[in-house]
Amino acid sequence: MSVVLEGDGRLAGGLVLPARKAQSASLPIAETPLPAELIYPLGADAGGDTEPAVRLGEHVLGDQPLVRARDGQPVLVHAASSGRVVAIEPRPVAGGEALCIVIEVDGRDERLACTPPNEALLRDSETLEATLAAAGLAGLGGAGFATGAKLAAAQRQGLRALLINVAECEPYLSCDDRLLRERAPAVVAGTRAMLTLTGCPAAVFVLEDDKPEALAALEAAIGQCPDATALSIVTVPTIYPSGGERQLIALVTGEHVPAEGYPPDIGYLCHNAGTAAALATYLETGRPLTRRIVTVTGGGVAQPRNLDVRLGTPIAELIRVCGGYRPEVARLIVGGAMTGRAIACDEVPVTRSTHGVIAATAAELGNRGETVACIRCGECAEHCPAGLSPQLLHGATRRQDDTGLADLGLFACIECGCCDLVCPSHIPLTEQFRVAKRRVWLGEMERERARLAEARYAAREHRLAQRLAEREAALERRRRAARDPAASSAAIADILRRARGDNDPGSRDA
Amino acid sequence: MRFETAAAPHLPVQASVPRLMRRVLWALAPAAAAHLWFFGPGLAFNLTVAVVTALAAEALMLRLRGRPLGPGLADGSAVLAAVLLAFALPPLTPWWITATGSAFAMIVAKHLYGGLGYNVFNPAMAGYAVVLVSFPGQLALWSVAAPGGLAPPALDVGQTLAFTLTGRLPDAVTLDAITQATPLDAMRSGLAQLQTLSEIRAVAPFGGPGEQAWLWINGLIALGGLWLLWTRAIRWHIPVAMLATLALLSAVAAAIDGDRFPGPFLQLFSGAALIGAFFIATDPVSAATTRLGRLIYGSGIGALVFAIRSWGGYPDGVAFAVLLMNLVVPLLDRHTRSRPFGT
Repeated sequence: MSVVLEGDGRLAGGLVLPARKAQSASLPIAETPLPAELIYPLGADAGGDTEPAVRLGEHVLGDQPLVRARDGQPVLVHAASSGRVVAIEPRPVAGGEALCIVIEVDGRDERLACTPPNEALLRDSETLEATLAAAGLAGLGGAGFATGAKLAAAQRQGLRALLINVAECEPYLSCDDRLLRERAPAVVAGTRAMLTLTGCPAAVFVLEDDKPEALAALEAAIGQCPDATALSIVTVPTIYPSGGERQLIALVTGEHVPAEGYPPDIGYLCHNAGTAAALATYLETGRPLTRRIVTVTGGGVAQPRNLDVRLGTPIAELIRVCGGYRPEVARLIVGGAMTGRAIACDEVPVTRSTHGVIAATAAELGNRGETVACIRCGECAEHCPAGLSPQLLHGATRRQDDTGLADLGLFACIECGCCDLVCPSHIPLTEQFRVAKRRVWLGEMERERARLAEARYAAREHRLAQRLAEREAALERRRRAARDPAASSAAIADILRRARGDNDPGSRDA
Repeated sequence: MRFETAAAPHLPVQASVPRLMRRVLWALAPAAAAHLWFFGPGLAFNLTVAVVTALAAEALMLRLRGRPLGPGLADGSAVLAAVLLAFALPPLTPWWITATGSAFAMIVAKHLYGGLGYNVFNPAMAGYAVVLVSFPGQLALWSVAAPGGLAPPALDVGQTLAFTLTGRLPDAVTLDAITQATPLDAMRSGLAQLQTLSEIRAVAPFGGPGEQAWLWINGLIALGGLWLLWTRAIRWHIPVAMLATLALLSAVAAAIDGDRFPGPFLQLFSGAALIGAFFIATDPVSAATTRLGRLIYGSGIGALVFAIRSWGGYPDGVAFAVLLMNLVVPLLDRHTRSRPFGT
């Protein structure tokens, strides 16, 4: 194969975490029955903003787009089944509330007729980006970046290698593991499609070394491909967060993505295995993305397992399918244990980026204990996979020293949570950095607004001063005219002439 | 169903300050046992006075600053500072000197600078430096080494307690009879009298229990330090940089003038170099916090120890070296930042 892999397979920093994957990884993926309601938050993504494309009371079919672009080119959302729009109102989502389109499912599960896209047209990067955004394809690994935008950027910039991320480094999660075990051919098909679309010569599947069954299934699927030489597999040690995009690229290739740039800048592109499978499904059927695999697990749920879920399904439904809660349940987490969000109620719907639902018990969560002052032990820096010094960032967040925060690389923080787990002072570092980032962003926006307002104010002041000066000058002219008898009689004559209706400017000058 | 929410990560935190401090205390235990074996019960009294004073001063300062007493007293930092101070003091130290050093460490060096996490100077070394310059006479006397013995010439438990509390010795026992120069003291005074090192090393405390005691104690300190490294309670940068610098400089100096400069082995195993490297300089609060910063910080301490021992006014120099390098820490932290990923 044509790609040179020079990564030493060693992550800078990171942590060996309790895996807790076995409980959910042992059972096959199960289908989730059609829920009574499907809930779709209206969202914005890096590509643009959306607005509802359906009216209250409207009947919708499965695969019908529910939103349209308000600006830019956002990834669209589609109904996962047929039914009636019964509400467009704020509903709880991970991280708060958002305007949602709620569909009461009619149980007939009728769908729009779809035709596969013309792959030849997708060679044009703008068409590719627009088509995949309209088909609802976004990264299923958690970050949810638009698949079309990533592939289009890669198509334009040219790739040395495509990395398919199956590291699945977060504890508890096993959806990618199960996906490979059960549907490796779809992942390989999607990967090959990505190679074709981007004109990339080689793809590398990257797995953590704790998934032997997935590895075997993947090898078998690759073995059945005609162009198997373009596809290879690399296993990396099971160290969190090896599956972070930048960390994965460094692990495998030995190269660092520039802090201000993206992987295609250095010739690589990283896609999650689930995204590859979703792309394959779309290219084959033309049907948009309306389902994903979700790991439902934790000591607080009766039967942990992976579910094939329609997007929009409330999490309560997933828990029900898994046998309900155990009495010990203490916290409900959407996403992984390291980066996921705790939610206050289980009416939150599954979205594209919901790779896991963890019903955790108090024992699994541990007791964080009292936060005390930083003792500068530097363990956070030893474990930071982004090469940061969280202990210094912590000081700068306390001082609200935004320049210091930027100098220390706050925006290179991937919010992986490693520093929190090794901090003997139990400081919620990751949360502090999240808040600080938001504050700096808001501050920048505020400064920009202030700058515009100041410019507007200055322009207005200037305008007013100019008008005043003009008025003063006119007044002065008139005063001078009043003092000058010749001029004043001429003016009187002028007025008289105008009163007679003779306002020919030529005669006035005469 | 309603759930409590909390910020990620949602996994148990793996470390805690009290656990860290307890681990460091355990690592000192074997050396403390050797200390008691060779130099009698003096260390036990020093430890008691220092720890009780430190906890009292800590409680007083926490109260004055309106902070909760429980976590502050339980975090083990006051106890650890007191223990390190007690190790630095001679076995026969009047209680009020120990108490003064311990109180200064807690009140001035720690709490007036903002408490745990904010102190610029290593509290134990600040306390020790203050009593060392204030009461040089009392701190120049080190007990004679008498392995396992509580009989003459060593003092027994009651006599040691009496001396600690009242400064009084039993009748017919002179201070000279129960004290002896430490190896570093002996070298310093010998060299001042223009003796060569081989002449100095031919007489006590060299060659006898006086030298053995220091070897044992320092050996056990090194073992404790290695255990701390093994369990990741400390990182290697500071101790390795400090010991390597001290060893390198003394090796070069000994090669140039072997009569006047002791070699690396003597430098590392006869004074406070090892406890300094593994237990004192690694106090994270007052040390540099970046990897490169720690290498420079450790090297600086090693170089200063060598300089003070060779040309300075004190036989050892760990305390002053640490305090001087404490001053450089903000600069080191500022100029040795790690490079973020992808920059």
